[in-house]
Amino acid sequence: MNITVQGHKIYAYTGGKPFNPAQPTAVFIHGVLNDHSVWILQTRYLAHHGWNVLAVDLPGHCKSEGPPPQSVKEAADTVIALLDAMQIEKAALIGHSFGSLIALEATARDAAAHPGRVSRLVMVGTAYPMRVSPALLDLSVSAPFKAIDMVNSFSHSTLAPPPSALGPGTWLYGGSKALMRRVLASNTQVNVFHTGFKACDSYSGGEAAMTQVTCPTLFVLGSADQMTPPKAAQSLIDGCAHPHVVKLPAGHSLMTEAPEGVLQALKDFLKP
Amino acid sequence: MAGYSDPGFDTLALHAGAAPDPVTGARAVPIHLTTSFVFESTDQAAALFNLERPGHVYSRISNPTNAVLEQRISALEGGIGAITTASGQAALHLTIATLMGAGSHIVASTALYGGSHNLLHYTLSRFGISTTFVKPGDLDAWKAAVQPNTKLFFGETVGNPGLDVLDIPAISAIAHEAGVPLLVDSTLTSPWLIKPFDHGADLVYHSATKFLSGHGTVVGGVVVDGGSFDWDKSGKFAELSQAYEGFHNMVFSEESTVGAFLLRARREGLRDFGACMSPHTAWLILQGIETLPLRMARHMDNTAKVVEFLAAHPLVSRVGHPLLDSHPSHALAQKLLPRGAGSVFSFDIKGSRAQGQKFIETLKVFSHLANVGDCRSLVIHPASTTHFRMSDDALAASGIGLGTIRLSIGLEDPADLIDDLKKALKAAEKAA
Repeated sequence: MNITVQGHKIYAYTGGKPFNPAQPTAVFIHGVLNDHSVWILQTRYLAHHGWNVLAVDLPGHCKSEGPPPQSVKEAADTVIALLDAMQIEKAALIGHSFGSLIALEATARDAAAHPGRVSRLVMVGTAYPMRVSPALLDLSVSAPFKAIDMVNSFSHSTLAPPPSALGPGTWLYGGSKALMRRVLASNTQVNVFHTGFKACDSYSGGEAAMTQVTCPTLFVLGSADQMTPPKAAQSLIDGCAHPHVVKLPAGHSLMTEAPEGVLQALKDFLKP
Repeated sequence: MAGYSDPGFDTLALHAGAAPDPVTGARAVPIHLTTSFVFESTDQAAALFNLERPGHVYSRISNPTNAVLEQRISALEGGIGAITTASGQAALHLTIATLMGAGSHIVASTALYGGSHNLLHYTLSRFGISTTFVKPGDLDAWKAAVQPNTKLFFGETVGNPGLDVLDIPAISAIAHEAGVPLLVDSTLTSPWLIKPFDHGADLVYHSATKFLSGHGTVVGGVVVDGGSFDWDKSGKFAELSQAYEGFHNMVFSEESTVGAFLLRARREGLRDFGACMSPHTAWLILQGIETLPLRMARHMDNTAKVVEFLAAHPLVSRVGHPLLDSHPSHALAQKLLPRGAGSVFSFDIKGSRAQGQKFIETLKVFSHLANVGDCRSLVIHPASTTHFRMSDDALAASGIGLGTIRLSIGLEDPADLIDDLKKALKAAEKAA
């Protein structure tokens, strides 16, 4: 569905079910050079099991209009504005990588104005700080396809994943690469690869934000993640009031490499 | 950055999609000869049917052995995923039937395998899908053939058997300007010789019966999606970008930004048309792919020697291989196919039809049969067999004369192949 947020059309995948105000809502936020479709195997299930699902394309990405966020805080404002626009009273925020920082920051910022509105926070494949090497930052501008290949290689941990998104017969390396290229091509004005990486690299409010988070928080980490290794999430876990940690045998692309593990972790954590 | 994170072609040919079996420890891919898969619960059953969770339900739709093959060929082609089918023709039909219905139009190369020409020219026209055939090298003709209802461009990497090399970069650019994808039949080249996605193709299919299997033992096909074509942006594919009542009102391009074609092809095409591959066939093709790099290298070496021999023989009037300067696709082949333009090619013998027959019947190492891409060398007379339904004009447009003989060069000792050809040519000469 399309939602007007901050004056722009924002697309949110609803898992094949219409939005029902009577149901709890889970907002899914993707990472750099991804879109809503990386969550397909978690969102569709939840949408058919009592949840409203809003898996957004971030502004300026694929089906969403508006300027792409220049910072984690800017993106968090968009997520809060989305909750306002949909008049959501209770929501779980679920983010991957860059999206996990956005979910964290949105949870912290929303706590003052709407205490308890964000009732669950899930950070998948996360790290703080989320530094990006200067070489990769440069490459995302000078040779983005080469940078995509590098990120793709480091985001996967196996040549033989179990049935994964989109299901049997899918080659994850190829799927991730094609998606990153498509997202990059979807914005002809701004290099969303570079802006996304810069937003991750420059985010400095993670520990402060975590002190504002009072809701239960789930960390889903890939034990073979080379992009955001589990130890890089430790400072956030240490600063979290109610941490739950699930480690899965997967790389950074957890939702597609270990779709069932991620879904199970979400199901257990989101139980009312 | 070579290594496990960025493996090369030969490593992928052995490992992509397959790890030791987690239950038994079996290192080779097990053959899962089962029709169905037990559900853990009613909830899981419903979720599998509704694409909420990944997994196998029924082997017409997917099977663990086939899934390994699908991942492996996707990895070798640089695609996002694949669907195995009962044959190469089934892969072609599945692709077309997923993308269009009655009232649609295809622009296709004239240099096609006879069966593909037959499907487009005769069979699909009965179902309201029309095709305009254009010479593969005539770029203006590709452009001029586009109609408002055109949904697909289609050609072979190297045309069968004239070996016209498809100018994939140029033709894909014309296709994309028209808002349609380019489908390429890469059967005769395999991903070892060319990866069409790297040059602009959007969909690739193979008759896996040929080089992928490599041993002349099974019939099978596979279609691979490069994930590059933007079905939404094109605006021509309501099949993928609008809610489909036939599958839970799913909007395939919403479910997957890059995999909409595969979603519909599997969930509708395999479900309804049912032209699936047996897991045993998938396993045999996997065995073949494990040695694809080794076999293709030998195919190319042997072909170069045979082409050189035939080109110098006085009874041979023409050898149609892009290795030779005389071939119209020589320059394009050097650009797109630096490892070789395949081991299936044709040549013409000077003399009568009877001399041609004598040549074929004298061969001993070459087998006279209707296949290509076997590890054994093969020979056939296209005008009376594989392409016999085509008119003389259509034959000529495909680069086939009445005296044309097609060879598929195998893996035998090259000296034995040349000796066999030498003796058969001598017998043909005497039959004048």
